[in-house]
Amino acid sequence: MAEAFVPEKFVGKPIERVEDEALLRGLARYADDYPARLDTRHAAMLRSPHAHAEIVSIDTSVAAALPGVVCVITGADVQEYVDPFLNIVKAPMELWPLAVERVRYVGEALVLVVAMDRYIAEDAVDHIQVEYKVLEPAVNPEYAASEDSPTIHEKCDSNILSDREFTYGEPDKAFEECDRVVKLKIDFPRSSITPMENYVVMADYHPAEGVYDVLANFQGPFTVHPVMCRALRVKNTGLRLRTPSNTGGGFGIKVAIFPYIVLMAVASRIAGKPVKWVEDRLEHLSSATAAPNRVVEIEAAAMNDGKVTGFRLSQLDDYGAFLRAPMPGPLYRMHGVCTGSYEIPNLYVRNRLVMTNKSPSGMVRGFGGPQMYYAIERVMHRVAIELNLDPLAVIRKNLVAANAFPYHAAAGAVFDSGNYQAVVDMAVKEGRLDEILKRRDEARAEGRIYGVGYAAVTEPTHSNMGYITTILTKEERAKRSPTQGTNSNATVSVDPFGGVSTSTDVPPMGQGHATLMAQIVAEQLGLQPTEITCNMEIDTQKDKWSIAAGNYAARFTSGPAVAVQMAAKMMRDKLAHIAAPNLNVPVEEVEFGNGLIFARDNPDNCLKFYRVAGTAHWSPGSLPEGMEGGLSESAVWTPRQLTAPDEKDRINTSLVYGFNIDFCGIEIDKDTGEVRIDHYVTAHDAGTILNPLIAHGQILGSYSHGVSQALFEEFVYDEDGSFKSGTFADYLVPSATEVPEPIILHMETPSPHTPLGAKGLADGNCMSTPVCIANAVCDALDLENIQVPLFPSKISALIHGEEQPPPAQMAVVETKPGKSDSAITGTGSSMVPADPQTVWDTLLDPEKLAAVIPGCHGLDQVAENDYRAEVSLGAGPVRGKFLASVVLSDLVEPTSVTLAGGLDGPLGSSQGEGRVRLEAQDGGTLVSYEYSVEISGKVAAVGSRLIEGGARVVVNQFFSRLIKQVEAPGSVTMGSGSLSLFQRLLAWLGVK
Amino acid sequence: MPKLSQEAVQKINFTLNGEAETGMAEPRMLLSDFLRNVMGVTGCHVGCEHGVCGACTVQIDGKAQRSCLTLAVQVEGRAVDTVESLTGRENPLSDLQQNFKTHHGLQCGYCTPGILMSASEYLEKNPDPSEAEVRDMLSGHLCRCTGYAGIVNAIMATAKERQENKSEKSTAG
Amino acid sequence: MKPRKFDLVRAETTAEALAALSEAGGEAKIFAGGQSLMAMMNLRLLEPSVLIDISQISELSYIKEAGDKLEIGAAVTQVELLSWPGLADRLPLLHQAIPHLGHFQTRNRGTICGSLSHSDPSSELPLCLATLGGEVVLQSVRGERVLSAANFQLGMMTTAKADDELIVAARYPFKKPGEGFAFTEVAQRRGDFAIVAVAAVASGDTFRLGVGGVADKPTVRNWTNLADENLDDELNAFAWELKGSDDIHATARYRRELVRRLGRRVIEEAKACRS
Repeated sequence: MAEAFVPEKFVGKPIERVEDEALLRGLARYADDYPARLDTRHAAMLRSPHAHAEIVSIDTSVAAALPGVVCVITGADVQEYVDPFLNIVKAPMELWPLAVERVRYVGEALVLVVAMDRYIAEDAVDHIQVEYKVLEPAVNPEYAASEDSPTIHEKCDSNILSDREFTYGEPDKAFEECDRVVKLKIDFPRSSITPMENYVVMADYHPAEGVYDVLANFQGPFTVHPVMCRALRVKNTGLRLRTPSNTGGGFGIKVAIFPYIVLMAVASRIAGKPVKWVEDRLEHLSSATAAPNRVVEIEAAAMNDGKVTGFRLSQLDDYGAFLRAPMPGPLYRMHGVCTGSYEIPNLYVRNRLVMTNKSPSGMVRGFGGPQMYYAIERVMHRVAIELNLDPLAVIRKNLVAANAFPYHAAAGAVFDSGNYQAVVDMAVKEGRLDEILKRRDEARAEGRIYGVGYAAVTEPTHSNMGYITTILTKEERAKRSPTQGTNSNATVSVDPFGGVSTSTDVPPMGQGHATLMAQIVAEQLGLQPTEITCNMEIDTQKDKWSIAAGNYAARFTSGPAVAVQMAAKMMRDKLAHIAAPNLNVPVEEVEFGNGLIFARDNPDNCLKFYRVAGTAHWSPGSLPEGMEGGLSESAVWTPRQLTAPDEKDRINTSLVYGFNIDFCGIEIDKDTGEVRIDHYVTAHDAGTILNPLIAHGQILGSYSHGVSQALFEEFVYDEDGSFKSGTFADYLVPSATEVPEPIILHMETPSPHTPLGAKGLADGNCMSTPVCIANAVCDALDLENIQVPLFPSKISALIHGEEQPPPAQMAVVETKPGKSDSAITGTGSSMVPADPQTVWDTLLDPEKLAAVIPGCHGLDQVAENDYRAEVSLGAGPVRGKFLASVVLSDLVEPTSVTLAGGLDGPLGSSQGEGRVRLEAQDGGTLVSYEYSVEISGKVAAVGSRLIEGGARVVVNQFFSRLIKQVEAPGSVTMGSGSLSLFQRLLAWLGVK
Repeated sequence: MPKLSQEAVQKINFTLNGEAETGMAEPRMLLSDFLRNVMGVTGCHVGCEHGVCGACTVQIDGKAQRSCLTLAVQVEGRAVDTVESLTGRENPLSDLQQNFKTHHGLQCGYCTPGILMSASEYLEKNPDPSEAEVRDMLSGHLCRCTGYAGIVNAIMATAKERQENKSEKSTAG
Repeated sequence: MKPRKFDLVRAETTAEALAALSEAGGEAKIFAGGQSLMAMMNLRLLEPSVLIDISQISELSYIKEAGDKLEIGAAVTQVELLSWPGLADRLPLLHQAIPHLGHFQTRNRGTICGSLSHSDPSSELPLCLATLGGEVVLQSVRGERVLSAANFQLGMMTTAKADDELIVAARYPFKKPGEGFAFTEVAQRRGDFAIVAVAAVASGDTFRLGVGGVADKPTVRNWTNLADENLDDELNAFAWELKGSDDIHATARYRRELVRRLGRRVIEEAKACRS
């Protein structure tokens, strides 16, 4: 070989993914594809239809007796085997795997059925009867934070579980001395990224060893593993947790599976069988998790030249009904970067976390960044407008200077590397900002609505476990054992035939980690990436892992990838030491390539890779002195920059910090208010890029989430806490027609804090894109502020001004507001051809009333004016059986009565009240009524379109039956009228 | 007139990925559950079970449709194709599959089999689609990882290659 | 999300289906394409004890000309109608509307008559039936009757079809000389149920507007010899009369706004393409 050998490089190349072969053939193994033991049984859960209620009684007898049902488990049963889950603030808030005594959000699981299959388990769930006493809910976070609010956890003093203030620099002085204070209030909604694969848990309790053996599509962080073990009353070895080869998307969501891991573990113990649970989409949307909605009040101290000298940030983060590990991460993992990408030395932060009657919040891609940057980048935009400056000029004016790195941000983040100005310049030039601005001018000249927005984001990646302790005061921190830093583990092994395998501590969620591992290992060992076997399964009983393990905070490229490289280098070094004596060259001259190990200066002097590998296995006795036999190298990477919060509460929340600047042009349809993204540019500097194909894909996905956060996705709760986004028809995940492709640009400024120089880049657009689009809409419509999602309905109200009133002669019925905006309300009247006393007697006679109520199978009087009934009701084609309660009060015979009541059934629940007045008129009775009904549970979550609008018909039906009854008693037979609309009846009396 | 009792397990004879097969199911069993849990065809993924997400899309008699909205007993006598049919178990990937790989048209891969089954039928019907048409066809599938760009590019590239191959053949022939 | 138990009748003839319907006494549901039905059954919003599958009844799988209308049998899928060669010329409104209906994959299975039977107020096919003045053919063991769209669609997912009746066919009137048609809708995403859908037919001095997604069923209004300056007021009155309501995706006001704005848009388009 005449030419000098050039080792083949894979890191940095757009290598096709090694994962794809199996995925494209349908041969990948997701959790639900793993073989189950033949005696595996299947679980389904009864979930609360109420946002807040006491559980008065649970009757599982019918369900338990169904053929094929193994057992029915309640919260009380589970309490025998578990303790409540720990939480960081040590609040007296008991989170159990199944609700105990109270339910606190719609969708909270309270009974578990284990049966032969899921079909039967669901049948049994429908036969469980629960009596609830409905409590006042607290749904809005500001209301929940107020003194007027009911307390969600009775042992807590209030719904505020933590209230911390932080001051860095001299914010008061900055605000006194500035030229202008710019304020905004942000109400950032609740959403999730809803991976396409739902949760899967398969649990098997081994009584001989006292070990819970669980397979689950859990993504980490494994800091949650000890939380599960404490709940299960075992040491970490007592919960053998395994994760599958493939998982259908994580996005943070797949940490919140952990209460179900504990639940299924216990269920398997109680059932004496392996228990499998595959979550369905309705369960997932209502109960899995969501990014916390947040109310942010932000103030910026600005000088007339656009320089911002201080921020005040007050954040109220809504964690739903329970604070679940690793919450409140979204507040504190961003803490170090509360000043964004800017050199702002003065900062005041107040962080409150509040409990509400909504599903518990959790980890969602972006992890606090979308909420925080929405406030920061909106206020920066606003500073520019108020000072009559160009928004991009204000961003540039304040960006951390290129010569300031490593930059110590006010709250403690240490920005490792970057050149933000250069990224902005690149974006402006290559992203063709001038064209967009020209397009805006042209559009406006033609009377079209067009706007341009910007957003700059410093993206923290690879979290410091210590950040969460910033929530504690320094005194509290001093009392506990220290938490700081992270570990990443990886192993590289070579078998006797030269086969190479590698593993690390990250359950794959689809990003392509195996490809990156294969690139790194192949490059070190002179092999091809396709020759490397990447085993992506994790088994906590066998694998090397530590509690920082997991797939989160974009830690892979700066964490586990580094550990993989370290282990691969160790392996290379060992093989080089074995080969050197045989090649008769010094170790440093041993080179790897093309499946050979050879002398660098004389490649013909070579050994086959597998032969060298074989030596360590077949002939350990011949290894060099002092060398251990076998070929398995493990490495742990522990970066030292990640320290605990200091005395002044400064915290370097993450190891590395990427940067991206986005701008976009959007056009709004003048008639429909629809927002169309005309042009979107996102320019990134995430340090060294390990695989451009994968990096590109991560940005596209993140951007897509940003678009959907801006325009589509929100978990909607009514004020009564009922959940309205229970299907993919209600919760709007955008499709290919809604997400245009952006222009993606890159710069690479390697990080000095990590050997590969790489930073994460998968979260940046989740943070930048929502606010970038919102800024463009504010620009287009000249708005001070706007909240996402930017539904066309919302935009229309802004652009269409005051509505054209109805024609003068038209009577528009004003519906009387109920106790909340969400209630279905109505008023009306009907003539009944009988005197008031006859009508009164009909209403007060249980038998006659039963005949009048459509679908009623009989009314039992349980006390004076207090009835229970079983009713069959339907809305359109939907029918269901319900237990109804009706209470009559404020009786003024024979002129008025109030009917209040509720319905409970598998389809959901309702609570309502109606006032009925009887007035003699023209020989008959004018019956007039008004009502207000709240509906929750499944029908509210999935059938809101059905529920609206039915009231008139049901009321008409009721009255037609009433008329028949008073005209010819007995002519109306019970139970014949089951065609009536479910809500309509609900709407009538709140009889549920 | 065949009436299948709710309690009785039915024998279902059908063609699965080109092979004659038989399986047993109650009338209420969904085709998606049948394919996965009875026939062991785990390439069919379940995402929402209400017909919106498209993950469970398979072809029945050559037409892409939701297996979660179909009963297992309804495929009696019919041909069902899942992602496993697109290439032989040990054969190279089909052009469409390879383009998904080349254009990074998948990440977690959970939605991918359904999309492949739609796209493969669609390209038969509309061999030279515009990007807007491809996006319209894809609107029946939800993907959370890719932002769709790689998927669109993979399908467009496949159509283009097939068109080029066709014109080469016709020129040659 | 699994359906409850049911008996399944796999009808091979219409007569078998009708007999099974009659026998079930209101406890049966018809499975044609299942695209709405199965979703609701999986959610356990519906629990029929008998399911009658009519998708394999060959005598219901036809598209034929019936006088001035196109008659579409109950087993005909949406994609089959979309592929009917004369659709663009002879039923331009359906040709414009069907691509908005669900997705490629659901149109492969979903039927025309199934969509009419489901009678969602936001759905495109019921709106077109109402706007064009089409009709449905209902059969039961008791006999056959033909109902106009207005008499068939009663309210929110509610029709005049009796429990023992089967929609065996739908009839959509062909375009007449001089008519122009236009359709548009606003939905949150492609293929979603429309927030508002509007369909217009214009002919000579007359035009008609059908609106879906606002009232509890598609609603149609006719105008003759209306001066253009009065159109906005007319549309406004219509918008208010429809009494739309708020939901989680759109306000009632937005719906009225779309009736006014999209209504004018399609009326103008329909007028412009009269031929």
